[in-house]
Amino acid sequence: MKDFAALLDRLAFEPGRNGKIRLMAAYLAATPDPERGFALAALTDSLSFADAKPAMIHALAAERTDPVLFQMSYHYVGDLSETVALMWPARAGERAPPLLSDVIRTLSTTGKATLPGIIAGWLDGLDEIGRWALLKLITGSLRIGVSARLAKTAVAALGPHAPDDIEEVWHGLTPPYAELFAYAAGHGPKPDTVDPTPFRTPMLAHAVDEAKDFAALDAAQFSAEWKWDGIRVQAITGFERDGRPAQRLYSRSGDDISSSFPDLMDSLANGRWGTAALDGELLVVIDGRVQPFSSLQQRLNRKTVSAKTIAQYPIHCRVYDLLVADGEDLRALPFADRRRRLEAFVAAIDDPRVDLSPVVPFADWDALAGIRSDPAAHGAGDDADAIEGLMLKRRDSPYVPGRPKGLWYKWKRQPFNVDAVMMYAQRGHGKRASFYSDYTFGVWKDGPEGEVLVPVGKAYSGFTDQELVKLDRFVRNNTVKRFGPVREVVHTREEGLVLEILFEGLNRSTRHKSGVAMRFPRVARIRWDKPTAEADRFDVLEKMLAAEA
Amino acid sequence: MSASQILTQTPLGLYCPAGDVYIDPMRPVPRALVTHGHSDHARAGHGAVMATAETLDIMALRYGEDFTVTRQIAALGVWTTVGDVRVRFHPAGHVLGSAQIEIEQGGFHLVVSGDYKRAADPTCLPFTPVRCHAFITEATFGLPVFRHPDASDEIAKLLASRALFPERTHILGAYALGKAQRLMSLLRRAGYDRPIYIHGALEKLTAYYGRQGIALGDTPKVVAAERPKLGGEIVICPPGAIKDLWARKFPDPVTAAASGWMRVRARARQKGVELPLIVSDHADWEALCTTVVETGCEELWVTHGEAEALVHWAGTQGIAAKPLHLIGYGEEAEDELLDAA
Repeated sequence: MKDFAALLDRLAFEPGRNGKIRLMAAYLAATPDPERGFALAALTDSLSFADAKPAMIHALAAERTDPVLFQMSYHYVGDLSETVALMWPARAGERAPPLLSDVIRTLSTTGKATLPGIIAGWLDGLDEIGRWALLKLITGSLRIGVSARLAKTAVAALGPHAPDDIEEVWHGLTPPYAELFAYAAGHGPKPDTVDPTPFRTPMLAHAVDEAKDFAALDAAQFSAEWKWDGIRVQAITGFERDGRPAQRLYSRSGDDISSSFPDLMDSLANGRWGTAALDGELLVVIDGRVQPFSSLQQRLNRKTVSAKTIAQYPIHCRVYDLLVADGEDLRALPFADRRRRLEAFVAAIDDPRVDLSPVVPFADWDALAGIRSDPAAHGAGDDADAIEGLMLKRRDSPYVPGRPKGLWYKWKRQPFNVDAVMMYAQRGHGKRASFYSDYTFGVWKDGPEGEVLVPVGKAYSGFTDQELVKLDRFVRNNTVKRFGPVREVVHTREEGLVLEILFEGLNRSTRHKSGVAMRFPRVARIRWDKPTAEADRFDVLEKMLAAEA
Repeated sequence: MSASQILTQTPLGLYCPAGDVYIDPMRPVPRALVTHGHSDHARAGHGAVMATAETLDIMALRYGEDFTVTRQIAALGVWTTVGDVRVRFHPAGHVLGSAQIEIEQGGFHLVVSGDYKRAADPTCLPFTPVRCHAFITEATFGLPVFRHPDASDEIAKLLASRALFPERTHILGAYALGKAQRLMSLLRRAGYDRPIYIHGALEKLTAYYGRQGIALGDTPKVVAAERPKLGGEIVICPPGAIKDLWARKFPDPVTAAASGWMRVRARARQKGVELPLIVSDHADWEALCTTVVETGCEELWVTHGEAEALVHWAGTQGIAAKPLHLIGYGEEAEDELLDAA
């Protein structure tokens, strides 16, 4: 448990992907079975036991600590598990620290009544970091920025295999994964697992380079579809060895998100899917109309979901590719053939929660440009707001994992733009931690004492490294106030910096002071030349809202 | 008698009317007793300063020889008459030269702790508890969540990270007086024999420690142009520099910081620290409580830090305690250290 705790501790502070992989790989290489297997299970969120509730942790702490000191400490630290971990009074004649494997086995087999005493015993045997890790583990909230895919990549780093090889054999295996580690290290056979519902690395698209690509590409070779503003998923169905049907829903990164969408899982289990793998977009659809992304957000990242939420935000899967049907792997077939099979498949499963993403017919690139600028008039109708742009797929393209060149393109809608004034700046993270790289910007609005700037969003991308150096220097030289990590930058009618901001959409929001929330705002250009008084007014955003509604 | 008859709280800090002398005053005064050389306790411009020889040296290094009109060396454990009181200095274990100050009048003993720690530190004398009627303590880490681990375990963390990322520079933020030299000494004890590179702000004080016979090994100053070549090395700099422009030129740096605050994750994250090391030159909760008990005091004043929790605890022990909330003490001002770079 001690080494695992040290790993979690370090992962929680390590910002870089490669750093995280190396930390995990070093731990997995140095730790014996079965401990490392249970650690891997914890990192990939593959464990299931009844979580200990915060109330239980609180009650444990109350038995051992002065209530006044506990309250003061909790107030100071701000996190229950961490407070308990830090102030837990270790008892004299300390116990030996528990093994991670013992903790996990015990948690999966122990009832609620006896759990508090057992947890208290473990806490007695651990130090501050050990107790923190234990409490995070048993309350089911590791939050260390590691996806299942990243952990599997670390397993792959132990030997000669690629992350996809690990992925391929993963789902049939259970903790502590001894045969997986032997295989990963290169001295064991490939585990003979039959995962009825494996994840397949998705095929991704390149962004269109308008200046170059259209001259080189032949429109007749391509098929176009809408690019939906949802969450890309893989819906997989199959059969266990004993013949029971199995279903799974994966995110684009390979995380199993089935439990968040019981409504859609019911559709996958309607008995008409056979062994299949579909690629599509998760959307919230009400009365046949796709809802804004903010509705979909209500359904994301939930371990359990209430009946009310399901009813309020009904989930829908709009599919656009078929990777497997009737147990046959179709990925080598040309897109046009897969599309025909997909159309037949969707008709056969006949489920109201699953429909086809339509093909958008077009004559040539110019015609397609017209479609892109006005989806509503070209068949998208009311759903135009949920369209981010177009997908272009070569009719003869096989389904290639990763981002192959020359096969698929995304051509996003012309984003909205606004000239705004930088108001506050904050330091970034990771490599940018020493730079002021996150900028809150505002536009002019009438106030009781004349026009004032109201903050309308925050941008932290869109500029080059050289521009960042200049922006950083501007912030440092024009700071008027500091609030902890945030600097207020000069923003008057006479002085300040105008940023041209691009964004994908605008929603009304009660959480933002300005009443609007931008989707994916980023800096398009730094307007060193433009006087702040000439930045846009809030009315511009109001008009966009009216046009969107 | 009680503590308030010997010491009063003034806007300039603690004042002893019978001796007409201030302790660690915030602004220039005619006569001052100074516990240690950190800039929030030792300020320039007093008429007369009494402190340990090392503290006087450190003040002269930081502020110049004219930091005071007259100075008087306080030998540890020796009584000196100041006005109508006697004073005596005892080691505080905080940094080189740090001392507690005992004041006696009419058989009543009062001790001002200054900043102190109880953990072992190879770069300074250990804290000695002094029996007294009234104890005036700091409480920087006065909450039960602060239990500082063994510093050598934290150094082991740093060395393990260096082994795992041998091509990256480990940049370690640490206060220029005391913490930095303690870390160097701990690294040497852990068998680390590479040069330990230092930021310019650390140069004078590190050299002073060396002259005082504290072996720190090879500690070259970072040459700006050499920064890209220092992959795999350990570099120590003031806490404010770890996220500064200065730190950007090292190869893929791992940002580490050594402080008691690193115990609380949110604090470490706010500072952008990737490798927090919990190494503190202050007493942790256990050490504060233990020390209060060991002094046998009947009265406890808490000068600064998380005073309320310690006052609450003292109440449960039957000790009359009050918080003073002295403003101006805390960790050293970062900007000031950077100016020295």
